[in-house]
Amino acid sequence: MEKLLQYSFTGLSAGALYALVALGIVLIYRSTRVLNFAHGDVATLSTFVAFSILSNGYGFPLALAGSLAVGAAVGIGFYFSVLVRAQREGANLLGMVALTLGLALILQGVAVYVWGAEPVSLPFPISSTKTYRVGVVVVSQLALATMAAGIVGGLLLYLLVQKTRLGLAMRATSENLMAAQTLGIPTRLVLSVSWGVASALGVVAGVFLAPALLLDPFFMLDPFLKGFAAAVLGGLNSLPGAVVGALILGVAESLTGAYLAIQYKNTLAFVIIIVVLLVRPEGLLGKEFKERV
Amino acid sequence: MDLVESYAQDLGFARKRITRTLLALLLGTLVAFPWVAPDYMVFIATLVALSSIGVIGQNLLIGYTGQISFGQAGFLAIGAFSFGHFSIWGAPFLVALVAAGIMAALAGVIVGFPSLRLKGPYLSIATLGFGVAVYQIFVNSEVLSGGRSGLAIAKLKPMLGLSSVRYEYFVYMLLLVGFTWVTYNIVSSFVGRAFIAIRDSDIAAEVNGVNLTRYKLLAFALSSFYAGVHGALYAQVLGHIEPQIFNILESITLFVAVIVGGVASIEGSILGAIFVILVPKVFADFREMVPMVYGLGIILVLMFQPLGLYGLWLKTRLYFQLWPFR
Repeated sequence: MEKLLQYSFTGLSAGALYALVALGIVLIYRSTRVLNFAHGDVATLSTFVAFSILSNGYGFPLALAGSLAVGAAVGIGFYFSVLVRAQREGANLLGMVALTLGLALILQGVAVYVWGAEPVSLPFPISSTKTYRVGVVVVSQLALATMAAGIVGGLLLYLLVQKTRLGLAMRATSENLMAAQTLGIPTRLVLSVSWGVASALGVVAGVFLAPALLLDPFFMLDPFLKGFAAAVLGGLNSLPGAVVGALILGVAESLTGAYLAIQYKNTLAFVIIIVVLLVRPEGLLGKEFKERV
Repeated sequence: MDLVESYAQDLGFARKRITRTLLALLLGTLVAFPWVAPDYMVFIATLVALSSIGVIGQNLLIGYTGQISFGQAGFLAIGAFSFGHFSIWGAPFLVALVAAGIMAALAGVIVGFPSLRLKGPYLSIATLGFGVAVYQIFVNSEVLSGGRSGLAIAKLKPMLGLSSVRYEYFVYMLLLVGFTWVTYNIVSSFVGRAFIAIRDSDIAAEVNGVNLTRYKLLAFALSSFYAGVHGALYAQVLGHIEPQIFNILESITLFVAVIVGGVASIEGSILGAIFVILVPKVFADFREMVPMVYGLGIILVLMFQPLGLYGLWLKTRLYFQLWPFR
């Protein structure tokens, strides 16, 4: 029982980070219908920026702010400079997927070029060795911080989307682009905000993951794929679905590692994807956009 | 004059005399190439030949049928390891090659089944998951991957008194020519038309009597057969395989080759294979530049030249056909 609780908790804290990644993917997918394969790499690049700021002796808040700014800027810049043009020229799904993949490869190259392929560790103010005891469960400080980051990030996104005028515009735009445009919503601006916010969420996940893993140009690949899996599990166009999917995935993964086989822990995510897609392609809470012939 | 008088003529591979001449010239160059070029270049040409087969297969799936797949590395791995095991059990080269292709094709059919329900982004995620899952299974299973040291595969025994590099080159080029010929025939037959109809609108295709289940599965099986053969040939050339080779980057490289070479064109696939083989060689001293070149390549191609390198060739050809009247 203790083991179960302990591993569930570890899973929840991993799930919180997957949720941040998944929220970013879902936010972009439901607003621009683009599956953003560069999501992980934007986060990697920004985490490296945070690393540079930290290792130059500045404080953590500045590093976080700097990396968030870089991530959002990359997202918005890509949207305006590449995606808007591509969509104007009627790029199809394949084209858009390929474009984000192109961005991912470029960012990867930049990260390797500037920071090298050697893994470095991020000097992080929160330690992963300091632990607290809550009931029967042992909690590390890092896990708590991770969870807090996940909750705060998710909550802020919820407030933005549900309680502000901008959020209303975002929902309207993702519901029906044409109608939103007709109603005078500056859709391009709104969509660019979605890209910026989504990238920033990914960056938060990256910054909090870096101390647990080592920081190298490919360190976000795995969490990014997990975020993908979580998004699919919850439904690619449902924001609450992303959170639910991520938490389920995190716990399931942690329990697989504990009770079944540790080496297949990472494969589980993909098995989940394939099973979910077969049984319920729109995900737990998703509703697929209807296709008109 | 380009007057087509019968259907058979329309299907003909090379209709005009100049096309036939150029084709003969190209084949002649391919035969002469290993006798004039240094061994290293011949080796690179061999690599191009074997990747071209994989890229053509990927293009059948992505370019012609419109099913975006990121799991190609999984099929490569299945092909390579089946080939490795079969040749260790003593199967001759061609038998092992076909067996590897068939194993990959079976896996392709298994992955193809979800494709019947999935579309667009969902399919790309599912195939991505498949690629990663296969990779991890091979990494974790010593029975399949031959353990930490990988599988060692005996080199091809050169025949006809050729040096081993040249012999390999000729075998691979012959295979590439064979696969290209077969693919041309597939693409210009009713099968190819069904693929293209599915890509343009699967619902309309179904209404017009295309059996979606059959043709989508066929597309998956064909493309993964090609990928399996690619993996097997790659294993043969390397002489030693370990699962780490077939990571997600390999899938992405094939995808880049298809996009940069030109979607839905066989010539484009070969050009794309040349691109992804040559770029790492040219940038050998700046390895970190390779992904950047790939990424820029994709973005530039999609924004300025949607048909890729093949589109560039078409434009050049048109320019010379119209010259000097333009």
